[in-house]
Amino acid sequence: MINASFVQVKNLVKYFPVYSRGVLTKKQVGQVHAVDGISFDINKKETFALVGESGCGKTTTARLISNLIEPTFGEVFVDGENIFEKFRTASKNEKLRLRRKMQIIFQNPYGSLDPRMTVSDIISEPFVIHNHVAKENRSERVYELLKLVGLEEYHAERYPHEFSGGQRQRICIARALAVEPEFIIADEPVSSLDVSIRAQILNLLGDLQKTMGLSFLYISHDLSSVRQISQRVAVMYLGEIVELASSDELFDNPLHPYTQALIEAVPIPDPQVKKMKARLRGEVPSPITPPSGCRFNPRCPRATAACSQKKPELTEIKKGHFVACFQT
Amino acid sequence: MTETLLRIEGLKTHFFTEAGIVKAVDGVSFDIRKGESLGLVGESGSGKTVTALSVLRIIPKPGKLVEGKIEFKGENLLEKNEQEMQSIRGREIAMIFQDPSSSLNPVYNIETQLRDVLLAHKSMSKEECHGKIIELMNLVGIPEAEIRLREYPHQFSGGMKQRVAIGRALALQPTLLFADEPTTSLDVTIQAQVLELLEDLKRKLGMSLVMITHDMGIIAKMCTRVVVMYAGHVSEIAKTEDLYDHPRHPYTASLLAAVPRLDRKQTLSIIPGNIPNLIEPPSGCRFHPRCKYATKKCSEALPMLEEVDSDHFVACYEWKNITLKGASGKSD
Repeated sequence: MINASFVQVKNLVKYFPVYSRGVLTKKQVGQVHAVDGISFDINKKETFALVGESGCGKTTTARLISNLIEPTFGEVFVDGENIFEKFRTASKNEKLRLRRKMQIIFQNPYGSLDPRMTVSDIISEPFVIHNHVAKENRSERVYELLKLVGLEEYHAERYPHEFSGGQRQRICIARALAVEPEFIIADEPVSSLDVSIRAQILNLLGDLQKTMGLSFLYISHDLSSVRQISQRVAVMYLGEIVELASSDELFDNPLHPYTQALIEAVPIPDPQVKKMKARLRGEVPSPITPPSGCRFNPRCPRATAACSQKKPELTEIKKGHFVACFQT
Repeated sequence: MTETLLRIEGLKTHFFTEAGIVKAVDGVSFDIRKGESLGLVGESGSGKTVTALSVLRIIPKPGKLVEGKIEFKGENLLEKNEQEMQSIRGREIAMIFQDPSSSLNPVYNIETQLRDVLLAHKSMSKEECHGKIIELMNLVGIPEAEIRLREYPHQFSGGMKQRVAIGRALALQPTLLFADEPTTSLDVTIQAQVLELLEDLKRKLGMSLVMITHDMGIIAKMCTRVVVMYAGHVSEIAKTEDLYDHPRHPYTASLLAAVPRLDRKQTLSIIPGNIPNLIEPPSGCRFHPRCKYATKKCSEALPMLEEVDSDHFVACYEWKNITLKGASGKSD
């Protein structure tokens, strides 16, 4: 297992400071526990999904792994290299080499493309930065990439505003693929798209993974798309992983009460299927002062006194199925 | 149950922009029955929101209602003057919007915002008004109403704000409520709470509910009848179970096949191409460039809605010649 894993996340922690108001008297009054000690592995050629509601820390995790922000604590290994250490100490070329290994696709393709650049400029910008494709081959390569994501050659000279959301997301994917990465982090890549376009992009990501042997970290709050695309899934709640299992196992046989409630809250597009239920009352507590013990205990229908005193560890219940709950 | 509350006939709402005339709603007809939950489903740009705004006659500029008839309780709303419309909005027909943070005014506290709605339509004493507001807050499930009334929208979470917006819309017990993507900006567990609340209130108050959404899952859960819209036209109208089991329009069927389902893994079939530009929409049936069953006729003439079964209407020339798969994956 360890040998096959391409990305290893070990006890990753990120706290954001919270300051009091005022200019002269500004002092730190607390911290947001955005990500609080999560560990998981992503195997080669695997799509690993992180799901959870807003504020659970999934995007922070993505930004940490792609080294867009620095962690408070913890380590991430990509292909055996400790990336936080590398990014602190390594030379510029070494950093660029690491960046070529992994790329990120963001949620909003309206915000992540420069409106003043043509598509060809956008996709060949990585070539300029990394200088890994010879000048004379660059436009050829842009055409190849456009074709790969289902766009046409003539699109290269257009500007982002001339494209629909789905097409823009294809451009973002092409740009991410321009450096020939082995690992792609996709942060809610389809949630700003229309239903009929979502399927196109999900299928495209799935196809690319098969043909190019990529590893994916897929981050989403949409459980249906997660089931569709991923092999293994981790469910996050308030900065912690509460359950981790293979996709089919997790959705067919969820063990953590939060996962169960989450799954039941999703309406199924078929009136024949049992209706969804709102099993959870209340809202997600503040990550500044998270509840003691199991963070889910104030909303949990099965909580006992022990749940608010001790934090349950993520333990393997079945082969490959990890749950952090005393009640299973 | 079958009494018609609102009838929309041949509604055309166009936006006169500098780039050209956007035909956002282009000949839409359907009716809303007393006490029913009707789903209005479609992708962005299908005209579902503009249809609702047209009924309330609050179309933003440069939009204009060009043609059509909107009959509410037997009266044509388009012949009403602004003053008469004002007494209908809120009291008879109300609407809740997608983003509760922008539909509540950030500089007034919750009590003021709810009081404004009540006093605009009814004269009542301060105490009466306060009592009514507390009652509303309890109705939509906001705990500690007395304290929370004095708070401002930014002190509320997304789900709680949407509850306030629902409370405000229901303040005058309207007979018809348009809910425009009321849960799109909320998390799934909160979405489930808000949907349950809406269903509950609908039953209690006996109003008609129009759910405007792109989420086929929400429609399946909430609605008894569905209107499917595409690019400013209605493509299919049917009872929910009928529509999901035996879709007749190729667009409905491909929409069902393109949505991932949580309860099982399936290969997603895709709808090729993009949503059409509504300044120069495709000729004939607007779905024909993306439709695999399209014939020459489809690009030439616009199909009208025809009844294929009881209470099941479809606007497609080819429906007799094709078999489509329903949500369960079986074709009939």
